[in-house]
Amino acid sequence: MYRETEVLQSVPGTDEMVINVGPQHPSTHGVLHLVLTIDGEKVKKVEPHLGYIHRSIEKMCESLTYRQFIYTTSRMDYLAAHINNHACAMCVEKGLQLKVPQRAQYIRVIMDELTRIASHCLWWGSVAMDCGAVTPFFLAFREREMINTIMEETCGARLTMNYMVPGGVMADIHPNFQRSVKDFIAHFKTKIDEYDELVTGNIIFESRLKKVGMLSKEDAISYGCTGPTARGSGVHCDVRKLYPYEVYDKVQFNEILQTGCDSYARYLVRLAELRESMSIIDQLIDNIPEGDFQAKTKAVLKLPKGEFYSRVETPRGELGVYIVSEGGTTPYRIKFRSPGFSNLSALDHMTRGQKIGDLVAIMGTLDLVIPDIDR
Amino acid sequence: MLSLEKIANAVHTWLYQHFDETWALLFEFVIVGVMVITLFAVLGLVLVLMERKVSSWMQLRLGPNRIGPGGMFQTVADTLKLIVKEGMTPKNVDRLLFNMAPFLAIIVSMVIMAPIMFDKGFQIWDINIGVLFVTAVSSLSIISILMGGWASNNKYSLLGAMRSGAQIVSYELSAGLSILTIVVLTGSLRISDIIEAQQTGWWIFKGHIPAIISFVIFIIASTAETNRAPFDLAEAESELTAGFHTEYSGMKFALFFLAEYVNIFVVCAIGATLFLGGWMPFHIGNWTQFNNIMDWIPSSVWFFGKAFLLIFVIMWFRWTFPRLRIDQLLNLEWRYLLPVSMFNLLLVTIIAIAGWHF
Repeated sequence: MYRETEVLQSVPGTDEMVINVGPQHPSTHGVLHLVLTIDGEKVKKVEPHLGYIHRSIEKMCESLTYRQFIYTTSRMDYLAAHINNHACAMCVEKGLQLKVPQRAQYIRVIMDELTRIASHCLWWGSVAMDCGAVTPFFLAFREREMINTIMEETCGARLTMNYMVPGGVMADIHPNFQRSVKDFIAHFKTKIDEYDELVTGNIIFESRLKKVGMLSKEDAISYGCTGPTARGSGVHCDVRKLYPYEVYDKVQFNEILQTGCDSYARYLVRLAELRESMSIIDQLIDNIPEGDFQAKTKAVLKLPKGEFYSRVETPRGELGVYIVSEGGTTPYRIKFRSPGFSNLSALDHMTRGQKIGDLVAIMGTLDLVIPDIDR
Repeated sequence: MLSLEKIANAVHTWLYQHFDETWALLFEFVIVGVMVITLFAVLGLVLVLMERKVSSWMQLRLGPNRIGPGGMFQTVADTLKLIVKEGMTPKNVDRLLFNMAPFLAIIVSMVIMAPIMFDKGFQIWDINIGVLFVTAVSSLSIISILMGGWASNNKYSLLGAMRSGAQIVSYELSAGLSILTIVVLTGSLRISDIIEAQQTGWWIFKGHIPAIISFVIFIIASTAETNRAPFDLAEAESELTAGFHTEYSGMKFALFFLAEYVNIFVVCAIGATLFLGGWMPFHIGNWTQFNNIMDWIPSSVWFFGKAFLLIFVIMWFRWTFPRLRIDQLLNLEWRYLLPVSMFNLLLVTIIAIAGWHF
């Protein structure tokens, strides 16, 4: 990969020091490699150096059929496997002009929102951990564990669910599903206030995040930021609102916008999204219609010649799936537009002139998932 | 009633009866040395286990529970592992300084034990400048951290060491000033005098609000001085991996680790001595019955109980608060704590001169 900073030790003629953060580092949440130029505690330049876990998923997809390639995408943004699968399934359905049964649409949206809650919970724990508080991580995992158990019941997997298939979902929901989701929501409604008590109002936490990692509205747009990162800067960009898919146009929810433009605004957006996701699930869980969970499809899917694009809102932003088909059983070319990649590109802009401690906090509020950036 | 003073005196008289003065003194040195090292080992084992249990209690976990009843021997197993582990010395380090740093850290925390009064009349060295001795020696601990960070030839270590340097030098000021308030109230630097002065009540109760303020400042400053969260910038796991001891492994790392925990004990012991009356039992005015019951509890239990209470508070901090940033850390000291503690010292001086304290 191209690397601008050639010097490895220090910049000659200055007091600047070049330091490698990662690929193995406690706060990069995976294997992100940052080449950092620092002057004492001050960050002069941040260069993300990608390629460490590049698995060429896009290239692999070209040799997999339209049913098979969806499974590799669970390994991209592993905290939102459902939503990745959903985006791909939707793109294939667009090509096949397939109508997904109502029941499947409801199940998909509930699963997406559960995934969003699980992902945001993990993010909440890890952003607190990046700021040096370890305890919130365990509280967040308590809730995430409940969601994982629900997923395990219905999908048979806890991390890479592979539950969404072209035409609907792979299997019907577990008989316990509705009850355990309702139990979880009731539990989480009491616990989310605990999150606020422990972290949100904490003076150290606020001073670590406020006025740190400023990203103006214009910059957020020009860097292509999406999701809570952009909404923290006041950019109206929720795909669920702008291009409603499945049953998102039937439910009532707010797009959370904050105009703080700093790390704290991004924090507040995600925390409020947890509450919105709960209300979406509340509206849907009792109204899952009867019927098929999967549309009738042929054993071998063939997309007509053409280009298809679908987009969904993952916990990190907009995920786009672009398929070019030559009419065969495998895609001719696939491109994923992953939210983390564009959000990461703004890191250098946000971090310049800040302290090393801020870099870690900013990375935390960007909610980077490295396999999503480096596919 | 268990009294360590009587045992110590008995040993002392026996030694001086059976040997001439030089030999008796030499034997006493050896006994004291062995006892300090034993206390060290025991403190290390107990405090590490306590930290793990406290953290697990706060984090909805069970903590260590496999080795021994309730995981009691977990730290013994950890220590064994660290002892048999290879003590790596990386290439291109300054060998002398690199190997010396952990020992310096441990020596400093041993020396600092000298004037601490563990029980009524049970003390290694009742030096007349006891409190000054403690503050002076505790400043030395920064040298070992700087030494280790510099000699490691690692950028993370260097950053950690520099942070820790700035931090400890700053926070020593307010720790020193808050200790001075008690010295002003007592009129003596000698630890035994300070405890005797609390016969009628602990300073935190007798010294009005200024004593409480200086107690709070002391706790904050000593948390910072021992590099504990929320002031653990020298280690700052999420930023600098392990800070100044990134390159250390095996027993050398264990010595740093042990020194950290013993330092916590020492600052808490000093805090208990100055503000909470050391080994003095808790008395309420003229409730004779209640006071008698309190007197019945051995004074060493009182001392260790108070010290461990403060240790628990410091552990509580660690598992609750996020970490400060370096500039916020220095701002807190120079803009808030130092002016407040200076003003507080002035206030206490007025109180002491006017005799307004109880």
